[in-house]
Amino acid sequence: MEFLQPSTWTEALQMKSAHPEAMPIAGGTDVMVEINLDRHRPASILDLTRVTELNQWGADGEFLRIGAGVTYTRIIGELGDRLPGLAMASRTVGSPQIRNRGTVGGNLGSASPAGDAHPPLLATDAVVELASVGGTRRLPVREFFTGPKRNAMKQDELIAAFLVSPAKGPQQFSKVGTRNAMVIAVCSFALTLDPVRKHIGTGIGSAAPTPVIADEAERFLEGVLDEGGLWEKPASVDASALARFGELVAAAAKPIDDVRGTAAYRRHALAVMARRSFGWAWDEYRTKASE
Amino acid sequence: MTEHPRLAPRTPVTGRVGDSVQRPDAVLKVKGDFPYSSDLQVEGMLWGATVRSPHPYARIGSIDASEALASPGVRAVLTHEDVPGRKVYGLEIPDQPVLAFDVARYWGEAVALVAADSPEEARRAAHKVQVDYQVLVPLTDPELALTPDAPSLHEGGNVTRQVRIRHGDQNARAEVVVTGEYEIGMQDQAPLGPESGLAIPDGQGGVDLYIATQWLHIDRDQLAECLALSREKVRLTLAGVGGAFGAREDLSMQAHACMLALRTGRPVKIAYSRPESFVGHVHRHPGRLRYEHGATRDGKLVYVKARILLDGGAYASSSTAVIANACCFAVGPYECPNATIDGWVVYTNNPPCGAMRGFGSVQNCYAHEAQMDKLAAALSMDPVELRIRNAMKTGSSMVTGQVVEGPVPVADLLRRVRDVALPPATTSDPVDLTEMPGGVSNTTHGEGVKRGVGYAVGFKNIGYSEGFNDYSTARVRLSVVGGRPRVEVHTASAEVGQGLVTVQAQIAGTELGVSDVVVLDADTAVGSAGSSSASRQTYVTGGAVKAACEAVRERVLSLAQSEMGGLSADAGDGRRLENDAIVSADGAVVVHLATLLGEEVIEETREFHPRRTAPLDPETGQADAHLQYAFAAHRAVVDVDTELGLVKVVELATAQDVGKAINPQAVEGQLEGGAAQGLGLALMEEIQVKDGVIRNASFTDYLLPTILDMPPLRMQILELGDPHSPYGLKGVGEPPTISSGPAIVAAIRAATGRPLSRAPVRPHDIVDTSPLPS
Ligand SMILES: Cc1cc2nc3c(=O)[nH]c(=O)nc-3n(C[C@H](O)[C@H](O)[C@H](O)COP(=O)(O)OP(=O)(O)OC[C@H]3O[C@@H](n4cnc5c(N)ncnc54)[C@H](O)[C@@H]3O)c2cc1C
Repeated sequence: MEFLQPSTWTEALQMKSAHPEAMPIAGGTDVMVEINLDRHRPASILDLTRVTELNQWGADGEFLRIGAGVTYTRIIGELGDRLPGLAMASRTVGSPQIRNRGTVGGNLGSASPAGDAHPPLLATDAVVELASVGGTRRLPVREFFTGPKRNAMKQDELIAAFLVSPAKGPQQFSKVGTRNAMVIAVCSFALTLDPVRKHIGTGIGSAAPTPVIADEAERFLEGVLDEGGLWEKPASVDASALARFGELVAAAAKPIDDVRGTAAYRRHALAVMARRSFGWAWDEYRTKASE
Repeated sequence: MTEHPRLAPRTPVTGRVGDSVQRPDAVLKVKGDFPYSSDLQVEGMLWGATVRSPHPYARIGSIDASEALASPGVRAVLTHEDVPGRKVYGLEIPDQPVLAFDVARYWGEAVALVAADSPEEARRAAHKVQVDYQVLVPLTDPELALTPDAPSLHEGGNVTRQVRIRHGDQNARAEVVVTGEYEIGMQDQAPLGPESGLAIPDGQGGVDLYIATQWLHIDRDQLAECLALSREKVRLTLAGVGGAFGAREDLSMQAHACMLALRTGRPVKIAYSRPESFVGHVHRHPGRLRYEHGATRDGKLVYVKARILLDGGAYASSSTAVIANACCFAVGPYECPNATIDGWVVYTNNPPCGAMRGFGSVQNCYAHEAQMDKLAAALSMDPVELRIRNAMKTGSSMVTGQVVEGPVPVADLLRRVRDVALPPATTSDPVDLTEMPGGVSNTTHGEGVKRGVGYAVGFKNIGYSEGFNDYSTARVRLSVVGGRPRVEVHTASAEVGQGLVTVQAQIAGTELGVSDVVVLDADTAVGSAGSSSASRQTYVTGGAVKAACEAVRERVLSLAQSEMGGLSADAGDGRRLENDAIVSADGAVVVHLATLLGEEVIEETREFHPRRTAPLDPETGQADAHLQYAFAAHRAVVDVDTELGLVKVVELATAQDVGKAINPQAVEGQLEGGAAQGLGLALMEEIQVKDGVIRNASFTDYLLPTILDMPPLRMQILELGDPHSPYGLKGVGEPPTISSGPAIVAAIRAATGRPLSRAPVRPHDIVDTSPLPS
């Protein structure tokens, strides 16, 4: 096994170009598990942990641009106020040890349907920045996931960063697992309220071959809020609309039966989480509006 | 001279029976310095890897090792043809191949071995061993295995053992009858240290094995048979054990490492990975249990009928003893005048099952306790009251006819857990997610959450049963080291994390009044200690250490008598050993041991044999089959998210009679750990097997409780004193695992109103996800 250790981003891209088969490693919390379980034996490893560019974040126009190597712990600590949904999801990832090592870039690289960063990235219309020696491209995260554990990254590309707008309103993340900590999602749901664009964002995890959004549910709820003029005068949203929202979220999923749960349970749980998440987010919005 | 691997240092322990004494390995373990068996290492050692069957049932044709042998670093590839002696082993029935021949009967069964210079080379070469499998249709349904036209997996059919208990009137009728069917999933012991050990050939045809196991001598005896060596040529030393819980009772890699070492003439280490560990040891038997309880209107049990079917998987392991327990304790610790119990354990092509903490008394506790709650509901009676009304007492008869002697505090334990003040409702504002079902995953802020309270009581046997010759051996040596008396205790008993080293030292310290006690490495140079199982070691090995100490003491006193005179050898004048000296009845020093002994070494070896038990009558199941009974009760308080089916156990309360707490701190540890393991089975721990294949052989999907799942445990430890046992102690390790889970399931039932007849309870068992009628 060859071990490649670039110390700059340019060098990293050159190495990836010269060794397209090299497996990038950031926190290693997915890569090392695969190797230890003998599931995967990469011919070479490209260690990105010395590439300081990947560990930085900052403003990029109206976006925040966050390096692929920023850990969950730092997202929670440094960006929790601006990206509350992603921070909530980050808090549910593994244990403190995993959050200290694990990165959002690695989560995207693995592209597991159960990756916890994905639903909030979907719900906030995040953009993934991919780079190669040939240049840089930005891809909406919605187009990034192409199948179970597959993504749109080309052989010679690396993930440089993701871009996301700071929250304009309440965000929520909710994840079902069969134990109360350190658990892979049975299914998960992220929600974003954007009062500026009058937009509802959603993201569903672990309930389809890839993380997905609940498009129809978003449109439905936007319609309900618009019709009632509720963005401006935030009254409570009636229960039947909430129930319908839940149903539409559940309908957007394409779950299967597996060791973690049944398809029927996943649909059911998504509907419950969607209703509750919206309830919490809307309460927060109403409280803020009345202050 | 052969190099020996580094083992844990033997640190002196000071403490008396009844003191809370810190384990000598505590700090090492916390700091990561404790040498576990997987850390064993000597110069020039090879690594073994195991080729395993990818099929649950397949005929094995030729095995072609040529490609593997040609791989880099490979030193040997062995198959069943290389097993020098008996090709099978087993604790009760030798039916399990050392390496599969003719057929593989379960997914992951060992078929061939590779030794190579590095673990990677061994593993990679293992993939290159070509085995010609002819795949057969696996028999995976235990009900089907019972039917006459099922294919026979072993000579003599698929029933490993049938147990019949016929107690009282077989035609008894009752005013109130409740029935139920229960299913228990396959739990894994999940010891954090996977199977591992190091075999070192002695160059003269013999072998030394450093191994994490539960019973050195039964390993040795089986190894000697399989390796075709005399017992003297197979020497075992206990290496650091990372938990056991029954998973180390059967052989795993022991014979494999020895075979590779003897063949290559080099030390060979084998250490399983976590996924391999799931197929490397037996599991808790999954069970299907059908019950009928009959009672009078005022809530006295009239009869219990039970049909218990355990899936033993591919090989017998300790199944025959597990089914006996499942049947003997089928009714729970209640007086029941009439009982009809039928139990079967069968062979299937599922993973083999055997010993696990609770040993047959766990599965049935889910059933009998659910039945008691059902009965209470049918009688509109308080469930604790119903239990108390039927609770066994001193002199009550088991369904086996055995009269239970000594303290039997069943009603008292129930009252005690009932009377603990209930925890307050969870009402923190803002919500503390760690207190909610779902935890930090943010699934509820209180929506859908209902509280439930449930009770359960259970019991089981301590020590071996059914006439098995249960004994242990201890050698105790008293000498003067550096001007101070030192006691060395040498037994073959396995410290598996339960605290046995401390217990042995405390007993020796108490009996000989010496503050410097060292417990030597457990090995086969001394007589058998029996297994660290059945909650028996403190009783039986503790008894042996006590007996050997008494013999040493006698010699010390008679030495003093002959050297100094004026002392009676039997200490009848009240003289005793204390503070490193012989002291008189009023505590005054008669002579310091260091002075008395000088160069002299006093060593005594004793066996301790508890009372003998008797086998169950094959037709009626009647016998005095058990040595000692231990009881525990639990109350569980849970918050259930009734919409998502997620559970937060808010609190567990337990009461247990331990007879005498030799090391109270260690007793508390057993109660905590046992309750957590019970919680695991109730809520999340299940090996999911489909068509004979384990689908979650890793800690990613085999979930163990975390600190956020395990609530505070409110303990009441009773020391009622058993008149027959050393110091009056009772075995402690297993009872906490028996009733904690059933109490939790009862609490979830109380919160949700759902029947929940299966453990673990899954979210989709709690919420109804059947599609709404449109
Ligand atoms: C005990 C444990 C618990 C876990 N719990 C959770 C959980 O609760 N939720 C969850 O979502 N995940 C969980 N995980 C999985 C893992 O921690 C996450 O997926 C994490 O985000 C991976 O990040 P990493 O930096 O460690 O990635 P690595 O393991 O280093 O890499 C993961 C993948 O991404 C690729 N990659 C990494 N960086 C780049 C880059 N810059 N460009 C291109 N490709 C790249 C790698 O080649 C690899 O394919 C858990 C893992 C463990 C071991």
